[in-house]
Amino acid sequence: MTIAVFFGCSFIAFGPAFALFIFTIARDPLRVIILIAGAFFWLLSLLLSSLVWFIAMKASNDKDQQLQRGLLIFGVMFSVLLQEVFRFAYYKLLRKASDGLAALSEDERSHISVQQMAYVAGLGFGIMSGAFSMINILADSLGPGIVGIHGESQYFFLTSAFMTMAVTLLHTFWGVVFFDGCENRRWWVIAVVVALHLLVSGLTFLNPIYEGSLPPAYVILVSMAVWAFFSCGGSLQNIQQFLTCWKNDAGSEVAS
Amino acid sequence: MNTSGSEEEFCNERTSLMTTESPPVSSYHVETGISSLEDTQTKGRRPITNESNNREADHEGESVERDSTADSEDEEMSLKYGAKHVIMLFVPVTLCMIVVIATIKSVSFYTEKGGQLIYTPFTEDTTSVGQRLLNSVLNTLIMISVIVVMTIFLVVLYKYRCYKFIHGWLILSSLMLLFWFSFMYLGEVFKTYNVAMDYPTLALVIWNFGAVGMVCIHWKGPLQLQQAYLIMISALMALVFIKYLPEWSAWVILGAISVYDLIAVLCPKGPLRMLVETAQERNEPIFPALIYSSAMIWMVGMTEHSAVQQPSHQETNSDEEVGQSHHDNTEDNRNMVVPETEVHGAQSRTTSAVELEEERGIKLGLGDFIFYSVLVGKASATASGDWNTTLACFVAILIGLCLTLLLLAIFKKALPALPISITFGLVFYFSTDNLVRPFMDNLAAHQFYI
Repeated sequence: MTIAVFFGCSFIAFGPAFALFIFTIARDPLRVIILIAGAFFWLLSLLLSSLVWFIAMKASNDKDQQLQRGLLIFGVMFSVLLQEVFRFAYYKLLRKASDGLAALSEDERSHISVQQMAYVAGLGFGIMSGAFSMINILADSLGPGIVGIHGESQYFFLTSAFMTMAVTLLHTFWGVVFFDGCENRRWWVIAVVVALHLLVSGLTFLNPIYEGSLPPAYVILVSMAVWAFFSCGGSLQNIQQFLTCWKNDAGSEVAS
Repeated sequence: MNTSGSEEEFCNERTSLMTTESPPVSSYHVETGISSLEDTQTKGRRPITNESNNREADHEGESVERDSTADSEDEEMSLKYGAKHVIMLFVPVTLCMIVVIATIKSVSFYTEKGGQLIYTPFTEDTTSVGQRLLNSVLNTLIMISVIVVMTIFLVVLYKYRCYKFIHGWLILSSLMLLFWFSFMYLGEVFKTYNVAMDYPTLALVIWNFGAVGMVCIHWKGPLQLQQAYLIMISALMALVFIKYLPEWSAWVILGAISVYDLIAVLCPKGPLRMLVETAQERNEPIFPALIYSSAMIWMVGMTEHSAVQQPSHQETNSDEEVGQSHHDNTEDNRNMVVPETEVHGAQSRTTSAVELEEERGIKLGLGDFIFYSVLVGKASATASGDWNTTLACFVAILIGLCLTLLLLAIFKKALPALPISITFGLVFYFSTDNLVRPFMDNLAAHQFYI
């Protein structure tokens, strides 16, 4: 519960997202707006799912611990489904806006491609999801206390930070893949994304047995990263070109 | 503590959102050669939101044949510029909110109960919920009626050209903000961090801060410095409100003032709308130094500079006088665009290119800054969900601002910036605090992730 823990955990949890924001999003105003709107859509989905959970909780017996835990699990599942519904709704909105922009511009093309919008939207979802999960924990880590004093795990902050980072990046990749599936009408892709999201959230029910939740989440993260890379046009050839050109031109970087 | 009335009034010009326009063509042109060039330039670069009746009148003659081709270009330009303008407002609003939140979280002075303003005389320390609600509604009624009276007073003063009066009031209120409130703020920060400070150093610092602020806001200064000062005084004002408005009254006042903003700016007889229209009739920019402006007019070409500076400078001086009304003046100060800085920016361009470029910007009233920050600050001060609620309100306000700017791009006239953002902010505050917080707390306790 020191400054070191605070900074360490915040950098672990938000470092990649922050870097992605600074290097790819901050310069383009349209992307910033799409990012914030994505965060807003995630927030809406959270609001609705909390409402449902709250009603269910209030309507049930307060004292029954098992029931409350069951309701919480139901709340989590419902929230995941609602997040994906809102992701789809955001896709529809962006599509319409993109078509509008393209119609108005001179060469009938939009300034921003669907893949870029998918990436930014996914990152928006991820940043908001991570922030809501982690910020209160980070604020608490600055104050006095001993982690796990009653016998719980002493790695609470660290595992929260790693899980937050995983979830943030996962949302980004899911966004890319999801939008790609919607664009090309491949509905099985959407089903897989929803299933994976449910899986990752479901695995967190195993906490504090962190071996059950963190490594699988990271395995899924890596596979999603590869899938997203290939779905938006990347290939082994691209990577090769990127690396060789980079070595050849000392000063310049070639985007693949 | 009963503070004096001045700084409590709101100048509602602050709460309207409008686009800037460069000064009318006629005042610029010294040579006809340049004027025709500028006409063609400006034809191709109409601003997103257009209050430029003047400009259009000047261009009518030349614009007829270019209308059809220019229209689609304009639309595209306006959408391209649209995103940039949204970000130009996101950044200062975010900065103001960050300053307020950081102060609320660290300096406990602004969350301690320290009495109430004379505009909210009814106390909220009552026994029953109904009584408390009644008191807060009464407080709101008093506050809003004070605002309405002051706004109408301002419009009357402006209509009858009592510029000196307005000018004096504006200077008085910005003096109070820049010297007295910042002295108090600094004092509280030093107390919080237990920093030893002697009076001579403090006097020097406050004197420099205040004097440069007065110069920047009311006269000329670098655009970014002026923007920084406007943000700082908005934050100071918001902190005062957060401290002295009782809880329930604050929320009801926020709701009521967005309704009032809607009425005042959109209704044909609304005071703010009359203000905007009068200013447009007289070809004067509205209330310099009371509106945050992100624009800078770039005039390129050496010969035009001196000729251009003079007329617009005089114009802005008179506008400045107009802009001074009440203590809100400080807000007025905030709300006003300072054409001087635009002029000043032009002065700094000493290249000798022939083209006349304009970067159109966007204006946001300082009252909007203040009330956004009050909402977010109150959310972070009183919400038990702490950071989640603050974050939710922050995102809600930004999205409301985005939507308002979208409407501005569509309707192209002055719009109230408060209603949508404050509505979103209030909805998200109450729902996050009561619904999302227990959910997220439970999830965090079990380390479930959604």
